[in-house]
Amino acid sequence: MEAIISLLTNPYYIQVVTMMGIFLIAALGLHLITGVTGQFSFGHAAFLSIGAYCSALMSIHLHTPFILNMLAGGLMAALWGVILGFPSLRLTGDYLGITTLGFGEIVRVVFINMKITGGAGGLAGIPRETNILLVYIVVALSIWGIYRIQNSRFGRALVAIREDEIAAESMGINPLLYKIKGFALGTFFAGVSGALFAHLMQYLNPADFGFARSFEILNYVVLGGLGSIPGAILGTAVLSLAPEFLRFVKEYRMMIYGALMVLMMIFRPYGLLGGVDFVQLYKRLKSRRKAGPTLPGNMP
Amino acid sequence: MLLAVENLAVSYGGIQALRGISFTVEEGEVVTLVGANGAGKSTTLKTICGLVRPQAGTISYQDETINKVAPHQIVSRGISQVPEGRRVFTRLTVLENLEMGAYTRNKQETRQSLENVFERFPRLKEREHQLAGTLSGGEQQMLAIGRALMSRPRLLLLDEPSMGLAPMLVREIFSIITEINRSGMTVLLVEQNANMALSIAKRAYVLETGQIVLSGTATEMARNKEVRKAYLGE
Repeated sequence: MEAIISLLTNPYYIQVVTMMGIFLIAALGLHLITGVTGQFSFGHAAFLSIGAYCSALMSIHLHTPFILNMLAGGLMAALWGVILGFPSLRLTGDYLGITTLGFGEIVRVVFINMKITGGAGGLAGIPRETNILLVYIVVALSIWGIYRIQNSRFGRALVAIREDEIAAESMGINPLLYKIKGFALGTFFAGVSGALFAHLMQYLNPADFGFARSFEILNYVVLGGLGSIPGAILGTAVLSLAPEFLRFVKEYRMMIYGALMVLMMIFRPYGLLGGVDFVQLYKRLKSRRKAGPTLPGNMP
Repeated sequence: MLLAVENLAVSYGGIQALRGISFTVEEGEVVTLVGANGAGKSTTLKTICGLVRPQAGTISYQDETINKVAPHQIVSRGISQVPEGRRVFTRLTVLENLEMGAYTRNKQETRQSLENVFERFPRLKEREHQLAGTLSGGEQQMLAIGRALMSRPRLLLLDEPSMGLAPMLVREIFSIITEINRSGMTVLLVEQNANMALSIAKRAYVLETGQIVLSGTATEMARNKEVRKAYLGE
């Protein structure tokens, strides 16, 4: 009993689990962009950094309440999502990927060279506002929000765009408009995540938001299973905790981590829970009982 | 006149796909465009839907020019297409696919259309909650047609509905098209299978390398020597 309590109150573990929650919010945002709408974004960390710096600077200079700053961070990220989205969401696939990658690097370099962000030295003196409870409240709200979005009329249109953009257009959906809206929503969650990150670490450095971070979040979503909320959660949990649990193997840590990913892609190419939607699964199970055998639950 | 195409020219880069074609579709007709691969049949349909921009010429629908209308706005004007290769949303269920077809309409209208489509395609009703990607080719074609009907169009555009289907299924699909037409819908059908197309159409246009080389009633066309030689394998 005592061991469990000491484990639960161990600041190191609390920090790890809090961090997992923060990146889960960002991963859920990317899930909406990549998993639901099918648009590749390699610059997600840039939106985290926009939300982080925006909220941190508001906390330091304006002393406004944290919740307000967090929302402002999210909105600022969404605004930049729209600004980036307009020209680049006309592109598809690889080209969109490269554009977002470039944007991510531009944002990082801009933050290094701006005075107000403290440049390469970083931004210190951010008040600590984030705690594990707040993070998981936001996580719960995000899951609920994304679930509602995904299963709305709007979400269905995003899925249709992912499945076949031309067919979606023939159904009366304006693909560019919907892609931009989806992108803005996804980047909003990234901004919120960045704000929580800033007020946990109390210090920001542009180097924290390089493309390695973007790919890390993309890994969470892809390995968990594109298009599945439980997948995004599982992917984030496994991949953000794995490096911590693998600490005992020391220098082989990242090698095992890499090998894990390669094996995953070989044996579960659609991710751990690719295409799995528990609510849909339940519905189909119910109708199957009525209508007799239908289809395997796997991906086509 | 429901649809009138005049001097329509389209090019992909340097390649001229359509060299000024003109044709009309009257309310209640089945009109077919037949021709070999690369004659410009699909290009014509895509241009009507707004997916391809014309270089010259006009497309008017219900006496309004629709050349510059965006593809997603065409459907709410009453034109719906069954695209080449079906293009169903493979990872959505049959029901969800059909609901997408009625995206521009309200809930009650959607429910009504859904009943009609299920009545016409009982097989889709049986497979309501199955993923579209797991359907057979013929079922997917039915789904694509059903999806297009969900928006209650006045003009239905069909692009190669016989593609990749067994002869028996082709006959089934064509009899469905005839039924749809009898219920009052105008149909513009693009088809390589000239035999089948001419058997259900009222009028036909023969396309060759981006130009209309022959036109007339379908029965005339089916009797025409050149057509028989070129497209009916005689």
